[in-house]
Amino acid sequence: MDNRVVITGLGVVSPNGIGLDQFLSAIKEGISGIKHQQNLSDLKFSCQIAGLPEVSDELAAQYFSPLELRNFNSSGILYGVIAGMDAWKDAGLPLNETHEPFWDYGMVFGAGTSGIDRFREAIYTIDKLEIRRLGSTVVAQTMNSGVSAYLSGKIGLGNQISTNSSACCTGTESLLTAFERIKSGQATVVLAGATSDSGPYIWGGFDGMKVCTYKHNDSPTKGSRPMSATASGFVPGSGAGAFVVESLTHAKARGAKIYAEILGGHANSGGQRGAGTMTAPNATAVQRCISKALENAHVQATNIDAINGHLTATAMDALEISNWTIALNRKGSDFPYINALKGMTGHCLTASGSIECVASVLQIHHDFMFPNVNCEDLNPAITALIDAEKIPQKMKSIKINTLIKASFGFGDVNACIILKKYTP
Amino acid sequence: MSNEEIIHKLKPIITTYAPASAALENLNEESDFIKDLNINSANLVDIILDVEEAFGITIDNTSMEKMLTVKASIEVIKEKLSEK
Repeated sequence: MDNRVVITGLGVVSPNGIGLDQFLSAIKEGISGIKHQQNLSDLKFSCQIAGLPEVSDELAAQYFSPLELRNFNSSGILYGVIAGMDAWKDAGLPLNETHEPFWDYGMVFGAGTSGIDRFREAIYTIDKLEIRRLGSTVVAQTMNSGVSAYLSGKIGLGNQISTNSSACCTGTESLLTAFERIKSGQATVVLAGATSDSGPYIWGGFDGMKVCTYKHNDSPTKGSRPMSATASGFVPGSGAGAFVVESLTHAKARGAKIYAEILGGHANSGGQRGAGTMTAPNATAVQRCISKALENAHVQATNIDAINGHLTATAMDALEISNWTIALNRKGSDFPYINALKGMTGHCLTASGSIECVASVLQIHHDFMFPNVNCEDLNPAITALIDAEKIPQKMKSIKINTLIKASFGFGDVNACIILKKYTP
Repeated sequence: MSNEEIIHKLKPIITTYAPASAALENLNEESDFIKDLNINSANLVDIILDVEEAFGITIDNTSMEKMLTVKASIEVIKEKLSEK
């Protein structure tokens, strides 16, 4: 008998809010976390705006020891540890004070890179022929699984500890992987989530590809425009989102609060065949990922109340909407409500799926749709497919029973997950 | 430089890496970095880098390997200071 799987803890470090309270009020009010970044401007980036969570030294000191913070320069680990520890605390789970690891508690916490600024420092040190002065902290901060290693040590986890990586699908995929491990009985609790480094050395590659907007350097909060006719490229962001994923039996036995149930999902790839390439999605694969997720979750498309889109604010947004209409076989006024978080946060890359899934779970738990910002001029190619009122531009109080979330990433990869309001 | 002076200079360096303990309070020549002071072995290399900086010396790999106790560290520091 498969286990039912629920979400019992959340943590978030987002450009528009650190911690659940701040993030919840920011997304309800449509507050943007995107600002002008002087360092990007100094480095002559085309896109000089970004969504960057502002973590103070005081906040960092609540999560890391002074020794850990010596020569620490890994923004991804910083965000991931804050989000992960917050989620653990939110779930009411203890830190392990014994010598015996928590054998049934594990982690799947994704990352695309780790400590890219620390890595840069190390490269300079090595090239200056000063390797003997490198010290002991480079590996832990720059290995991709650094975030999982820091978190599992702080909590004392003893089940599988892994870092997944699948470009912008990473966050959604981590939640799906956690779901599968618990459903099949290999773990009872999994800390899931994903994080992304900040700064020019992570965002530069995208700027070089000219996929980020260069039109809003003087109007940062207007820059990220999912579903808008004037969407002109994504705004880079960073941060982390985290979830305590748990078997229903275990959650009930300890009287945990339950935010939502995970019903199922699917991850696939378009194989970079057909229209799919390294950077463009194969629409057939996207549609199949959504259909397979519904099938896996035993949910009818007609029962979907809300969609949390990937919707990055590029020309691909209309294609994504088209894919949803085909996969769900719903369009016009029959289409579910849909929203895009990236209007407020920018595209938080590897962390995007996690931050957006945190927003999705909060919507289910608190009965609302956060507003779509910066799409007052909706893309006509989108309104040709779905009614404008399905894209709420003001916060909408609405009961959401079933929500579907998808993320799509470079390499032609897709991940889709279905979340439901918990009913015993 | 006397042994006491060296220990006085070593203590703040070691304190950075050692968890608080009675052994750290009573740091002396016999203190073993790992067994008595519970220092993570990965941090021994950081201690050596800090010692190099504090004493203005360079410690070669062979000498580094010896520096597992305060006593051995004092010997290496004295030797390197005398070579300056």
